[in-house]
Amino acid sequence: MLQERQIMRIHYITGLAALFVVAVHILMRLIVPYHTSLQFSNVIANYHNFSYAVLLESILVLLAIHGFNGLRVILLELRQKSSWENGVTIFTIVAMIAIIAFGTRTIIVANGLGVG
Amino acid sequence: MWASGRKKSFNATATDRSNHEGLKGWLNPARYGWERVAYWLQRLTGLFLLIYFIGHIYETSSLTGGESAWNAMLQFTETLWGHLFLVLVIGTSTYHSINGIRLIFAETGTGLGRPGRPDYPYDALSLNYKQKSGIWVALILAAVAMVYGGNVLFGGG
Amino acid sequence: MAGIIEKIPMLRAGSKKDKGSKTSGSVTLRVYRSNSANGNSYRYDTFDVPIQRWTTVLDALLYAKAYEDNSIAIRYSCRMASCGSCGMKINGRPRLACYTNVAELESPVITCQPLTNFSLIRDLVTDFSEFFRHHKSIKPFIINQNADLMTSEEVSEFIQSPRDVDEYLQFSYCIKCGLCYSACPTVATDVRFLGPQALAQAYRYYADTRDNGSREDMKNIDDKHGIWRCHFAGSCSNVCPKGVDPALGIQLLRRHLTSFSKHDKKIAEMKHHGQVT
Repeated sequence: MLQERQIMRIHYITGLAALFVVAVHILMRLIVPYHTSLQFSNVIANYHNFSYAVLLESILVLLAIHGFNGLRVILLELRQKSSWENGVTIFTIVAMIAIIAFGTRTIIVANGLGVG
Repeated sequence: MWASGRKKSFNATATDRSNHEGLKGWLNPARYGWERVAYWLQRLTGLFLLIYFIGHIYETSSLTGGESAWNAMLQFTETLWGHLFLVLVIGTSTYHSINGIRLIFAETGTGLGRPGRPDYPYDALSLNYKQKSGIWVALILAAVAMVYGGNVLFGGG
Repeated sequence: MAGIIEKIPMLRAGSKKDKGSKTSGSVTLRVYRSNSANGNSYRYDTFDVPIQRWTTVLDALLYAKAYEDNSIAIRYSCRMASCGSCGMKINGRPRLACYTNVAELESPVITCQPLTNFSLIRDLVTDFSEFFRHHKSIKPFIINQNADLMTSEEVSEFIQSPRDVDEYLQFSYCIKCGLCYSACPTVATDVRFLGPQALAQAYRYYADTRDNGSREDMKNIDDKHGIWRCHFAGSCSNVCPKGVDPALGIQLLRRHLTSFSKHDKKIAEMKHHGQVT
């Protein structure tokens, strides 16, 4: 099991890293007019770009870790029974894995989709 | 005096919580200065962004259903309320990021000053102008980002 | 008590109503009344208390206790912000009653409540057992294996420069009043959290060059209910009456725990052994 200080270092690092990759993600929506960028063909073209797919996967992983760890911290402060704490830890890890799996599925399937 | 006879394990249910503020202690930020307000906003924006993140993952998964599914999702999100929600997301993510950077610096001891010899009126060294201006920069940039985002979303940019 | 007893007749004389004129200098004191032996029920008792320019909230409470209701339970001792006994919530904010001038509150009604996040005993008196338990758990004393002057031939004194003292001095000013503990948002919900006072004291001993106890190895600090549950809300430092600035101490200790400056302590130890100047 990770020590709490290691978890907090991961929390800081994922937060900082996510900031950069999310900034790139948002800027991609501003290269072309916003509403044009949301057309199905343009979105799929983004997913077909391997580097962009890697970027999206990294956003997914970094934000899932940072967000669910933050939720874990908030929930741990609410109650201190050992059953609650174990439940919170398991819930956040499972939720993290689930959201990463679900998002990765979207990226992989979208990467394989043709236009039209 | 320090050596206890029998070690007692912590019993959460036995500890008296009757006078602990509980959630009210989190939800009322007004009594203790800007740093407490910043903490309150950091928590709220974090939770809001987590909910948005989960929703966004679900929203983008409609790509796998093809163009019709994607367009159906866009009809749901590309509305007035959808755009207003997105403007809120832009503001909260900007605030959370910039305040988070301030906190990373502060929680690693940077920008807090060196300990010294406090004198009347015993103002706290750590609650200095650097922290307050960091909070204000986060709030102002969040507002600017919301204005810019609103212009892009509503202005056809 | 001699000072306040002498003052009270002056206050009472000053409060006598003249014909056609209002009482000058009085406030309404709302005091939280409760007895843990009778369950969780509570009420607020109201007292009109005459004040002068110098009247503190403690003076007002003791006036109410002396002349209105002598069953009011208040904890106090030094009356000069030195003992930390009279901590309470005054108009919603943790303060020392002896150190809070009624005039500075700028309110005709002063509400006195017991400190939150402490168990109630009666009225304004709270139980500090949990607070002191957290304080004891960080071992608030110098730990140094060379401290036994009888057996160690090398040690006659611990050399400490003024700069070394400055590293921890302000944290040693803590009077254990509990105001920071009451203000902390984490303590509000997390009963296992050590609290700003204990963590600041952990830094006080860590930063003291006479100590080589390696407190960073203490599991209760580097724990999910330890130092990592501080989020720098700053409320502790905001309410501290002695300028201890516990938030500063906690963040500096975190800096050591996240290994951003492990070398500070080592340099202090090397100076002590004369290896560097």
